[in-house]
Amino acid sequence: MSNADHHLVAGAEGHQPSLAHHFSSHRQQYEAGKLGMWLFLLTEVLLFGGLFCAYAVFRANRPEIFIWAHQFLDKQLGALNTAVLITSSFTMALAVRCAQWDQRRLSAFFLTLTLVCACVFLGVKYVEYKHKWEEGLLWVRQFQPAEAAASLDESGTSDQQPRHAGIFFSIYFAMTGLHAVHVLAGMGAIGWVLVRTLRGHFNRQYFGPVDYVGLYWHLVDLIWIYLFPLFYLIH
Amino acid sequence: MTESLPINYLTYPRGLRCWLLTLDHKRIGVMYLVSVAAALVLGLLFALLMRTELIAPGRTIMGEDTYNRVFTVHGAVMIFLVVIPGIPAVLGNFFLPLMLGAKDVAFPRLNLASLYLWWIGALFLLLTLAFGGLDTGWTFYTPYSTSTNTNVLAAVTGVFILGFSSIFTALNFIVSIHTLRPPGMTWRRMPLFLWGLYATGLIQVLATPVLGITLLLLAIERILGLGIFDSTLGGDPVLFQHFFWFYAHPAVYIVILPGMGIISEVIPVFSRKPIFGYRFIAYSSVAIALIGFLVWGHHMFVAGQSVLASTIFSALTFLVAIPSAVKVFNWLATMYKGSIELAAPMIYALIFLFLFGIGGLTGLFLGTLSVNVPLHNTHFVVAHFHYVIIGGAVIAFLAGLHYWWPKMFGRMYNQTWARISALLIFVAFNMTFFPLFIMGARGLVRRYYDYSAFLGTNPEFTLYNQLATIGGYLLVTGLVSMATCLISSLWTGRPAPANPWNAPGLEWQCSSPPPPENPPPPAQVGDPYDFSQLAVPATL
Repeated sequence: MSNADHHLVAGAEGHQPSLAHHFSSHRQQYEAGKLGMWLFLLTEVLLFGGLFCAYAVFRANRPEIFIWAHQFLDKQLGALNTAVLITSSFTMALAVRCAQWDQRRLSAFFLTLTLVCACVFLGVKYVEYKHKWEEGLLWVRQFQPAEAAASLDESGTSDQQPRHAGIFFSIYFAMTGLHAVHVLAGMGAIGWVLVRTLRGHFNRQYFGPVDYVGLYWHLVDLIWIYLFPLFYLIH
Repeated sequence: MTESLPINYLTYPRGLRCWLLTLDHKRIGVMYLVSVAAALVLGLLFALLMRTELIAPGRTIMGEDTYNRVFTVHGAVMIFLVVIPGIPAVLGNFFLPLMLGAKDVAFPRLNLASLYLWWIGALFLLLTLAFGGLDTGWTFYTPYSTSTNTNVLAAVTGVFILGFSSIFTALNFIVSIHTLRPPGMTWRRMPLFLWGLYATGLIQVLATPVLGITLLLLAIERILGLGIFDSTLGGDPVLFQHFFWFYAHPAVYIVILPGMGIISEVIPVFSRKPIFGYRFIAYSSVAIALIGFLVWGHHMFVAGQSVLASTIFSALTFLVAIPSAVKVFNWLATMYKGSIELAAPMIYALIFLFLFGIGGLTGLFLGTLSVNVPLHNTHFVVAHFHYVIIGGAVIAFLAGLHYWWPKMFGRMYNQTWARISALLIFVAFNMTFFPLFIMGARGLVRRYYDYSAFLGTNPEFTLYNQLATIGGYLLVTGLVSMATCLISSLWTGRPAPANPWNAPGLEWQCSSPPPPENPPPPAQVGDPYDFSQLAVPATL
């Protein structure tokens, strides 16, 4: 759409409360918001990028730590959480589609489903963290895995504990912790568009916020899809 | 025109509340101007304390602990509160929408949020001063920053918040440039200041989050003992340096690129000639932004980096000099055979060319591996980056401020006074920082409060330090004179016409100061550097 068209459309849409005064059409407003969201996602990628880089450095320098320590992570719970998050991305995509088609109640339903999945994810994460806390499998300064390590040694499935093995859990907690914070933030954002959906703020012309929150949620999902094999599925 | 100005963004609507809750980019720009200026005063104060300590060998007014804190606060305030936000948040905010003929930036509320985040970040830095101080240097290098008793957490929190402020401004500018350009303003007919802001925005969006995660890890390291940067726990302190400079070197281009944009606006107007090599200047901004991401390792030549890595970083560092030089040659070619008018903004632009030339070329000395080893961590480095940051960015900021002041506040300032202030700043700046090149090349290490130990082999260091200190006092005098000239114009200056310099840019077409609501763009926007229809300004 050319800029001249924007000005033409402006007359028709001039009094709508969902169109900010400095945009000349809903389309221009939507595109601005979408580009803004993509740029924000770029900053998120670089924020996590630092941690992925730290992971790569430590894993390349001390592979034995990663091979030894990853055995303490529960692959089944990790896989369950991966499935839950992928499902939530699907329901989120459906919610966005429904919002675009003006199906408010259905959109609200899928947003609620997405929230439920997010809660399940955090619940499973809580179980995992609690277990690690009880076993002393914490970041390097608090790393005291006496019993867990002993049981591992007795079963004969592993080598001796490498030096500074706790650095694995430092990175594990930093990455999954930051990811969990993003899940919480995503839940807040989904709750916000859910309330707005129920209040009837969105329609065929104006559904941007649902779309943007959807993009954010997919990124949160995507980051987990990388975290799962990098921590749980090491050979 | 009578003395009472017509309704404008400064006078309508009235009241503190209307200012604090405004979504108008012009008011946000003015509030940023006042805030950044206040931070600049604070930073200058600490600079003067440092220079005073160095006026004589031995302890003069403070000991080593105090000196460490003073240079840290000077660096942190000047970098994070002044030069990084400086040009984009003040002049960019004010003029980007006007140059686009837009009613506002794409996300006005985000814009106001960025100002509030700046204030909150600044508050944290001030809290650091009040509670425990900070003595790590502005770079927060581990392992010292994880073990010192000074208030690293408050400072890191402040810088983290300032990072969000910076990202919000950048995100706003990039989206505005993409979506709000008026009919006829293609990418190749966009004012070069906007190209500068666009390239700056790219760096801010891509680099700042890495600083964020670095500082977050540092904070968790201090609170919980995460160990990622702690070699005694299997971590890696050099990783901190890599992370830090991955942000902080591109940050140098965050500082300088918008300044280069200003110079590209000022030089054609006061040479009465279209800009020479428009596309080269525009694309070189983006080239600087991209190559600037690949040179961070040149800060770590002596930090145990491999020879191969250092060699590659050195070569890339030379590469980034090329687009910078492209700009300088195009500015010179723009002036060639132009009818040059030495108004205050143009004088600042010429000062920029001279000082940035020295700053840029000495950067090549430091990028050379063998030369870097003896120069690393000496006053040569201090002189180099002050020539780039003050001589480049701050002088460009002053050029822009003098160029756009009549538009921002609707008053003409006294040209003679402004020119004399500019010359004083120029002379005093060189007097302050040129001796540092010489002392650094002769081995004077930076960040020491006392240089007695060097006097045996280099007795001339006392004289050079005295020159630098007196130059520092004169530099501040020049800045005070410059500011007084501008501020007094608000009461005594004659009202500014809409286009005092007869410049072709869109921002000059509305009244001065602009009305509360920006005027719509013309039906078709022309070439921003077309002087054929404009007379030489007679207002000087």
